[in-house]
Amino acid sequence: MSVTRGDNDDSTSWPTGFAWARALCLAALGLATEAEANTSNGYNLPLGVTSLSRDIYALHMEVFWICVGIAVVVFGVMIYALLKFRHSKGAVPDTTLLHSTGVEVIWTVIPVVILVVMAIPAAKVILMMEDTRNSELSIRVTAYQWKWQYQYMDAAEGVDFFSTLARDSNFARQLHSGIDPKTVPNYLLEVDNPLVIPSGTKVRLLLTSQDVIHAWWVPDFGAKRSAIPGFVNELWFKVDPGKEGIYRGQCAALCGRDHGFMPIVVDVRTPEDFKKWVETQKAALKQAAARDGRPPGAAPLASLPRDSAPPPAAQVLSN
Amino acid sequence: MAQPQASDTAHHDDHAQDHHDQPATGIKRWLFATNHKDIGTMYLVFSLTMFFIGGAMAMVIRAELFQPGMQLVDPVFFNQMTTNHALVMIFGAVMPAFVGLANWMVPLQIGAPDMALPRMNNFSFWILPFAFTLMLSTLFVPGGMGAGGWTLYPPLSLQTGDAFPMMIFAIHMMGASSIMGAINVIVTIMNMRAPGMNLLKMPLFCWSWLITAYLLIAVMPVLAGAVTMLLTDHFFGTSFFNAAGGGDPVMFEHIFWFFGHPEVYIMILPAFGIISEILPTFSRKPLFGATSMIYAIASIAFLSFIVWGHHMFADGMPVAAQLFYMMSTMLIAVPTGVKVFNWTATMWRGSLTFEPPMLFALAFLFLFTIGGFSGLMLAIVPADFQYNQTYFVVAHFHYVLVPGAVFGIMAGVYYWLPKWTGHMYNMTLAKTHFWLSAVFVNVLFFPQHFLGLAGMPRRIPDYAVQFTDWNMVSSIGGFVFGLSQILFVIVIVQCARGGKKATAEVWEGTHPAGLEWTLPSPAPYHSFSTAPDVK
Repeated sequence: MSVTRGDNDDSTSWPTGFAWARALCLAALGLATEAEANTSNGYNLPLGVTSLSRDIYALHMEVFWICVGIAVVVFGVMIYALLKFRHSKGAVPDTTLLHSTGVEVIWTVIPVVILVVMAIPAAKVILMMEDTRNSELSIRVTAYQWKWQYQYMDAAEGVDFFSTLARDSNFARQLHSGIDPKTVPNYLLEVDNPLVIPSGTKVRLLLTSQDVIHAWWVPDFGAKRSAIPGFVNELWFKVDPGKEGIYRGQCAALCGRDHGFMPIVVDVRTPEDFKKWVETQKAALKQAAARDGRPPGAAPLASLPRDSAPPPAAQVLSN
Repeated sequence: MAQPQASDTAHHDDHAQDHHDQPATGIKRWLFATNHKDIGTMYLVFSLTMFFIGGAMAMVIRAELFQPGMQLVDPVFFNQMTTNHALVMIFGAVMPAFVGLANWMVPLQIGAPDMALPRMNNFSFWILPFAFTLMLSTLFVPGGMGAGGWTLYPPLSLQTGDAFPMMIFAIHMMGASSIMGAINVIVTIMNMRAPGMNLLKMPLFCWSWLITAYLLIAVMPVLAGAVTMLLTDHFFGTSFFNAAGGGDPVMFEHIFWFFGHPEVYIMILPAFGIISEILPTFSRKPLFGATSMIYAIASIAFLSFIVWGHHMFADGMPVAAQLFYMMSTMLIAVPTGVKVFNWTATMWRGSLTFEPPMLFALAFLFLFTIGGFSGLMLAIVPADFQYNQTYFVVAHFHYVLVPGAVFGIMAGVYYWLPKWTGHMYNMTLAKTHFWLSAVFVNVLFFPQHFLGLAGMPRRIPDYAVQFTDWNMVSSIGGFVFGLSQILFVIVIVQCARGGKKATAEVWEGTHPAGLEWTLPSPAPYHSFSTAPDVK
């Protein structure tokens, strides 16, 4: 259904005639409001799976409806004037109507009041989203042209891998590839090694970049922040328990040739499954170190296999 | 005012004797032009040419985005197109069009014989073709055109090939041209108004340009400074923006947007002025709240200097700064709202007719307001984190720039064209141009709101398949919108060649705020050789 969801669901077949027609009708009626849980419906923000994404969605809809309200009044008056005061209907201009202090004060004060009404809840959300204290898992995210590196800290210290565009998407996206993107599962939104995080846990990302400015964005988490060389930006999210699954996003800052081809995939698991995953990763790290005769942690570019088969792309990276 | 009046009049008389009454012939007329009308015409023709070049780039973008997968161009070329589409449209199409309109109309509206500084006027125009030849020629240098976005953020922009110094030099030239144009407008308005035309009696178009000119003088040097720092970072080993050398890439964004946000208003304030001339004419009643309109423009101009941070929320900013930029940005909605309400009140109890300039002005009124709504949504910081860098932003700024600035320019051209040429134009063709433009501009840009909200980042050459439908709709809208602009050229060329004679008032319902309607159509080569008296 969306950029951000759909682990092996039918997301590639999304544009069915029905969904398209529905979107058009709702859009025409200005009713693009009904978001399905944790996904975008193709024409509105996703409700998402974090408290932050829900707060953002609520603010978005609040401001949207205020704008619709103002539009109905203002456009209503304009359209009434356009229909009523036509020269062709013999309308005579009232050239004495030059200004009116009373009216002008009213239409200055009312917008100020509306703006204050919008600003107060927005300010509360800002304070909440900037509060990165008491995080339970920190992950260093380093952006490169054109891939992401995830280095875990805290309980998963030592787990460290790169995440790049999946091979089938990469083949299909070449100029004149002849491959129909619709036949590629999660075209441009699949990676070799997804970021794995536990649900119900306050995860803090520490973002930086090795080359140009990138931006890490997963719409379902309401989380976007630039990765800037020489800076460490902070970002947090806490995925609701019970919302485990795959969530997708993309780099959101123009970063050169392959800006469109460095997706983000987050695999949210239960804390227990996450713990198991970390143990597998650490064991694999140890094994690799023993094989290469290096102590664990000395191979910063170590590729870490996903649960079953190690993807070949990751092997290339480790060299 | 009494003192300057007397000397002004004397000065005008001197001028009249200096000049020949007829324009020079051939290429000399244009190369050595000092006449405000000739220079205005050159600006407008140049701007129209750039509009089609920038538009052709947009067609490449929309063609590649017609369906998922890479069919037509390489991602680098795609980035070159987005970058140069923006630079050409902003610096080549919109800004020169407004300078062209100012050249034509400011002297006519205030009762002056010409612009105050005619030779500088010539220079400021003739820089432009060279600047754009330089910038567009980068298509043929190793590495191709700049592809780092028109915002030129380092370190990405520093990866540009041989095009880099050419692009920066071109931007310097465009900036110099804009500053000269702005100085000319200010000097003309301050010194050459007809006796009796005090500032509060001055037409709104001149007012909006006066304020715009100050914005230009304030911020173009800032842009020049920013790109010069990029240049020294690239070639002379400085580290203004290089983190590894102790520099700060975010500082560039601050400097750039300190220029960039007033720049947004540089591109819309003169359109506000044009709309404020057209709505009263075709409502057959004076502008409602003319004084508060002037204060509103001035407030917007002031606020435009303190909101730049709203372009950079996602780059990380202290909470206090986020709150400040959110509130100051939202405040802009107040004077903008005042303008929209005043325009609506101007039509109220009027007697409306719907000639092409009025149609474009009405489309401006509705569609610019939609762009204002999405701007208000973008001001809400938490929501901005979701909208920022997506197609929602693309939809927003195209709504304020295309049905805003560009429709404002077209409205102005259709309004004053008979005054310039002395002929009425083909109304049916102009109305066809209007309806095609007004319908397909929405087909082009409205679906981009949905794309952005559904999660499509901007500046990407290829996308996930769930974005296919709206991209197709948008591309079709783009193609038809682009093609229908050819009608605009046909109407103008036909009108320049001949047609029904236009009267001095041109439009039946004119309420002559400006003095242009007191002159015959076409306006004589030298506008007011003696200053008219304004009651």
